[in-house]
Amino acid sequence: MADIAVHEVDHEHENDGPAPGFHGTSTGLSNNKLAMWLFLGSECLLFGGLISTYMLYRGRYSGGPGPSQIFDVPVTSVSSFILLMSSLTMVLAVNSAKRKDDRNTKLWLAVTAMLGALFVGGQVYEFTSFYHEGLGFTSSLFGSSFYTLTGFHGVHVTVGIIMLLALVGIIGRSRIPGDKAEVVELIGLYWHFVDVVWVVIFTLVYLIPA
Amino acid sequence: MSATTEHAADAHDAHDDQHAHEEHHVPKDAYFIKTALVLAVLTALETSTYWIDIGRFHTPVLIILMLIKFFMIVMIFMHLKFDSRIFSMLFYTGLGLALFVYTVFLFTFKFFQA
Repeated sequence: MADIAVHEVDHEHENDGPAPGFHGTSTGLSNNKLAMWLFLGSECLLFGGLISTYMLYRGRYSGGPGPSQIFDVPVTSVSSFILLMSSLTMVLAVNSAKRKDDRNTKLWLAVTAMLGALFVGGQVYEFTSFYHEGLGFTSSLFGSSFYTLTGFHGVHVTVGIIMLLALVGIIGRSRIPGDKAEVVELIGLYWHFVDVVWVVIFTLVYLIPA
Repeated sequence: MSATTEHAADAHDAHDDQHAHEEHHVPKDAYFIKTALVLAVLTALETSTYWIDIGRFHTPVLIILMLIKFFMIVMIFMHLKFDSRIFSMLFYTGLGLALFVYTVFLFTFKFFQA
């Protein structure tokens, strides 16, 4: 994979100079971006706690439905694929923003939001069918830890969708002061993080048996 | 030149370097599409283990595939491969701390003994 990066590099904007809204910082890096990475680092601790708790309690379903009885791996695989592809559309939005191509930026952001909505729809369908099969939030420790983990993730995706749609609207009205590409990149970082968390959840929760 | 002005100039130069560094490493769309295709294939491989029994290799293979996907997204889609190392440091510090704390947590509750 590494050799692809070496050969496919865009030299289009090499001499653009500093970003329009940039104010010098002591590190020479954007404070907004530093803050976002710090936030994502702290989010690792949040999801680490939720995933560990699930791992600990996944075998505690005391007579109720357990993971092997209720998980529908083919359906969840489709959801995972959709979320993975939303990361591609997000990165295409970031690249379009760096090229100052507002039309394609808005298009890819809207597609990303749509794919995210499909993922959340899949999660709602999954939760509903699990509930009908007898797995409520308080049915067992397995149920509580499962709904808490995947629910927190779903909320993160929903927040991401709201940010993406807001960004589409804001770009449409040209109301972003300073570096527009950086704003898209920051929301992109959040979105990719949500995807990367799902990569871990999909494997540890759905694919590795209890 | 006063110390303040020199500091501001240094910061500006540092930003220029950073900006130039970032601009020199903006991959084209095709690169990201190829990455997404690799990720899709890896996801298909992961999912196939639901139907294909690979015995005692099941869990290690899934963990390895998960790690490859994780780092591909973080390094390529999130640009850590092309960005300043400070960003990597911030993220990996959080990740490392989480791994350490929760591994100790799971050991404490004898998760690995089961």
